[in-house]
This record gives sequence, C-alpha cells and structure tokens, in this order.
Amino acid sequence: MTFELIIPLLAATVQSGTPILYATLGEIITEKSGVLNLGVEGIMIVGALAGFIAAKFTGNPVLAFVLAGFAGCAAASIHGIVCLLFQGNQVVSGLALTILGTGFANYLGTSYVGQSAPGFSPYAIPYLVDIPGLGPILFNQDPLVYLTYFIPVLIWFYLFSTRHGLGVRAVGENPSAARAGGLSVSLYRWGAILGGGFFMGLGGAYLSLAYTHLWTNNMTAGRGWIAVALVIFAFWRPGRAVFGAYLFGGIMSLQLRLQAAGTQLPSSLLLMLPYLLTIIVLVFSSWKSGKSAAPAALGVNMKPTE
Amino acid sequence: MRIFKALLVVSLLLGFSGSLAAKETKVGFVYVSPIGDAGWSYAHDQGRLAVESMEGVTTSYVESVPEGPDAERVIQNMARKGFDVVFATSFGYMDPMLKVAGQFPDTVFMHCSGFKMSENMGNYFGRMYQARFLSGMVAGAMTESNIIGYAAAFPIPEVIRGINAFALGAQSVNADATVRVVWTKTWYDPATEKEAAKSLLDVGADVIAQHQDSPGPQEAAQEKGVYSIGYNSDMSAFAPKAHLTAPVWNWGPYYASVVKSVQDGTWKAEAAWPGMETGIVDLAPFADMVPAEIQKMVEAKKAEIIAGKTDVFVGPIKNQDGKVMIADGVAADDKTLLGMTWFVEGVIGTTE
Repeated sequence: MTFELIIPLLAATVQSGTPILYATLGEIITEKSGVLNLGVEGIMIVGALAGFIAAKFTGNPVLAFVLAGFAGCAAASIHGIVCLLFQGNQVVSGLALTILGTGFANYLGTSYVGQSAPGFSPYAIPYLVDIPGLGPILFNQDPLVYLTYFIPVLIWFYLFSTRHGLGVRAVGENPSAARAGGLSVSLYRWGAILGGGFFMGLGGAYLSLAYTHLWTNNMTAGRGWIAVALVIFAFWRPGRAVFGAYLFGGIMSLQLRLQAAGTQLPSSLLLMLPYLLTIIVLVFSSWKSGKSAAPAALGVNMKPTE
Repeated sequence: MRIFKALLVVSLLLGFSGSLAAKETKVGFVYVSPIGDAGWSYAHDQGRLAVESMEGVTTSYVESVPEGPDAERVIQNMARKGFDVVFATSFGYMDPMLKVAGQFPDTVFMHCSGFKMSENMGNYFGRMYQARFLSGMVAGAMTESNIIGYAAAFPIPEVIRGINAFALGAQSVNADATVRVVWTKTWYDPATEKEAAKSLLDVGADVIAQHQDSPGPQEAAQEKGVYSIGYNSDMSAFAPKAHLTAPVWNWGPYYASVVKSVQDGTWKAEAAWPGMETGIVDLAPFADMVPAEIQKMVEAKKAEIIAGKTDVFVGPIKNQDGKVMIADGVAADDKTLLGMTWFVEGVIGTTE
C-alpha cells in the first residue's frame, strides 16, 4: 500500500466510523445511568428507515435526520417501558428490541428498497481542507461527520462537568444513594434511555442519508452490536469512543482497499478482520480494566419503592 | 416478521386466485429479495408481468424468501394450492425445490441458476457473460487510466465468468486495460458495495462495474465524476451522469415460452442456458456519453454474437499466471464455463 492511498483510506475510516460513533455515544449515555440497552441494532435500523422515509417525503435531509433521532427515541422508549415501568430484565428487553426493530423496519421498508432519497453529500470546508494531510481526511466530509467532531466533547462535558451529568452518573453507580440525595432515579434513567436512543437513531440515519442515499433491509448489518462492544472498549468514555469507532471504521475500509490494491490475501480472511477485532477488543478491555470501569449498577433495575 | 408477511402475502394471493375460473394456468414466483431492489428480483418480476399478460394465466409471487427451510415451505405451499408452474429464482432454492418436486409430480418446477433437475424440475439461466463482454468493450473504450474497477459479489463461477468476459471485452478494444476486483461477499448491501467502489476509485479506477444488485457502486462513481456500468436492469436513474450502459436480464420472453409449453403439454425437464440470440440477456440503452463510433462497434459485435459468428471465450485465453487455459482457436464448452474458478490475464485480484 503506497502513501497516496493512505489519505483516502483515512478519510474513508472517518466516514465508516461515524455511524458507529453516533450509536456508541448513545449507548454510553444510556449505560452511564445504569441501564444496559442491547437494542442498539434495532433502534439504529428504525432510525435509518425513518430518516430515509422522511427525506423522501419532505425533501429536507436536515429535518429527516432530526426526525430519525426522534424515531430512535420512540424505539428506545419501549426499552424504558419494559425496564423502568415494569422492572423487566434489561438484557432480554434489549435483545427483543433488536429483533423487533429489525423486523418492523423490514416490514415497513420493503416497498422502499431500490428507491433513492435526497441526503447529505461531502462538503469541503474552505481553507481547512487545504491543510496538508489532515485537511483531506477531516475536512472533506459530509456535514453529519462534522457534527461528530463536536458531539463527543459536548457529551463528555455534560457527563463529567455538569450537575445534571453528575446526577446521571450517580443513578448509574449507586441508585439508592442517588435517591437518598433527592434525585429521581427513574426520571434520570428515562432521560438517558431517550437521549441515548436519539443518538442511536442518528447513527442509523447516517447510513441511509449520507453513507448512501438508499434504503435496504438489514442495512445496519451488525454495526449496532459493534457499538455495544465499543462502549466496553471505550471504558464508558466519549473520547475513547471516537478512537474505537475510527479503529473499526479503519479496519472495514482497509480490507476493501487491500483488495483494490491487488493483495493476494484471500478475501474471506480480510472480511473476518472487523469481527476478529471485536473479540480482541473485548478480551483486551476486560483484561485491562476488569469490571471497574463499568457503572456499578449497570443492568440492575431499581424498584420505585426500594 | 418477514416469514409472517410472506405467509400473509401467499395466503392473500392464493385466496384471490383461487376464486377465479378453474381453467387458468397458475404460475408462482419465489424471489430472494424485494422486487423493488432495481436488481435481480426486479428483473425477474418484469418477466412475471410478461407472463401475467398472457391469455388464461394468473401469476403470484412471494418476495424476500430466505434460502433454506423457509423456501421449502413457500414452494410447497404453492404446489399444494394447485399452482401449475413454480419458478424459484435463487441458487439456494435448488435443494428445497428438488425435495418438493418429488412430492408433487404433477407440478412443473423451474429453478434458476442451479444444476440439479428431475422428471418435473428443470433449470435455466442466461448467458449473461455475452452481455458482460459487450459492456466490457464500452468500459475498455472509455477508460483513460486503463484501470477498471469491478465490485464483485461472491467468488463463484457465475461471478468469475462475468468478470472474465468483462475483462476480455475491455481488452478486445484496449490491450492495456486492467480490471481490478474487490469482493464484498454481499448481494445487496449498499453501504459496503459503495465503499468497495470507492476503494477501487482510490487506486485510480475511472470506470466502475458491479455484480451486486444495489446501486451503491453507481452512486460512488457519480460522486467521483467517473463512469460506471450497471447490472441486472437499467440503473441510469441512480447515476445519470455516470451510468454508461448495463448488461441486463430480460426474462419475459423465456418465461412466456415455458408457460406456453406447459399449457400445450409439450414441456420437458431440461437444463436451459439460452444466450443473447433469444434476447434473455441484453445491454441497456447507451448513455449520451458513449461516442457514436463506440456504440456502433459494440452493436456490430452484438450482431456477430447473436448470429453465432463469434463467441466470448475463444482461445487463446491465458490465466493470471500467463498459462494458456483455453487453447488457440478452441471455444470453451459449457462445462468449462460453468466450472470457471480462475481469472484471465489482466484481471488483478484473487478468486479465493
């Protein structure tokens, strides 16, 4: 692989990492409040379909993108109803949400397969794009990628530097203490589930509005599961999530580019790379951190009367 | 959910067709993807519509049927409801269909792209490689970098044959043309297929061809401002500035002839592999970007293929290592074509 291929590779890395990054950030917010949501894949695909349909009918991709976020909220609210209202098992609810979301989106989306809708296209930022190296990688992307340059910082600031963010972390670490301190655990958790669902929906919409301008069944193709794994890899930190998402984006782009460059490695081996990396990442992060980085009350429901 | 929906569609359609006159020939189609995919199933459904317009025929279809046990159930359901002919249009339906064919000896079963058959089950396909060769000529004539990118689906003989025919076509008009192959291992995944096309664009390809059903690669070509060759059906709506032409399927006449022979009682199980002369494969209309002399040259070659004066795989044809695989002056037989697992010289990539 020669040097002039590195820059397009890194640019593609940023792009393929972006949908995963949105979803990972959403899951971090949710898990920080002590709620494990394994329904990321299902929520993403609902967002992808909602964004696509909205763009098709309104012709306004910005509006469609926001609506996709709210569709993500709506899908995530099912998880909230099951886990917060009825104290259901979070793992089962999340898995069911993935299956439900995928089936629901396929059912409604079948008639939209093969159509195209307006969406976002790359827009080079004047001056910044001329920076050697970094310019073509970071500043020749679509507007939804530019958003992700700010969002992780904002989420980090919210979680770690605001009073409200402290509340979210408190209900995730020790809900009883948080309650004793006067916080409403279920209100905070509702907020985290809906807010997280919003970003997961955006991640899905990135696929159907910017990555391509098409819809297809099973469009997310496992990216939601990668996001779940990345939260652990990121030790629940937004900054490390950026690093992890780009690592995966890079591997996904690399395997196709290795083929294009004429490598003689079997393509089946190259296609395994992202999944191999998932396993390595999980082994690495559990060895490195154990369970210490996870919110202490992750996955534990709290009855309103306890 | 998908299974439930498939069942719902079947039962509704069967309910409707059952109430019609008893003498009608009932024809069922089983598709692997939604018919709106602009690709493989869309092309088959266009063929179904041609059958639907025939006298005394009703048709119905089930889309998005996964290969495997679900397919067996859907095919069996159609046979049980008294369908006269069932077309199953994906390779993975072969074994399920063979099994059902044994249970319903009075129903005619037709399987696309496979190789197994029985008393009442035939198989069929079209010589798509002929149209691939012609589209390769267009790509070879239009490329300036002499690098043509090919987003390929799965490394199976059908796809490899198409890539080889495409490369031979490109080389027939441009001896320096090379074809770079990227496998996605998908039939319909717009995001991955677009990314594959982009990776080919990054290594200097200025014409993109594809085997998958999604228009993702077409989008990538248009965004980069280069040319593309579609597949399955005319994909120009997705990339009007890039799309030059496309090798396309035209199943209508063939399906109509099969249904006709069933109505006449002359149908016999066979392995049919018709070519361009029957119109089953063709080229989509040329875009204005293709200069008139290139169009004329390709049309002339097409006429020769239709007349049987020339064929695509005529030796000497060498593999990537320069070894002669098809000897000088010899036309490859169908067995060689159906079992093709090597790339011709000038293709960059691996079949593994």
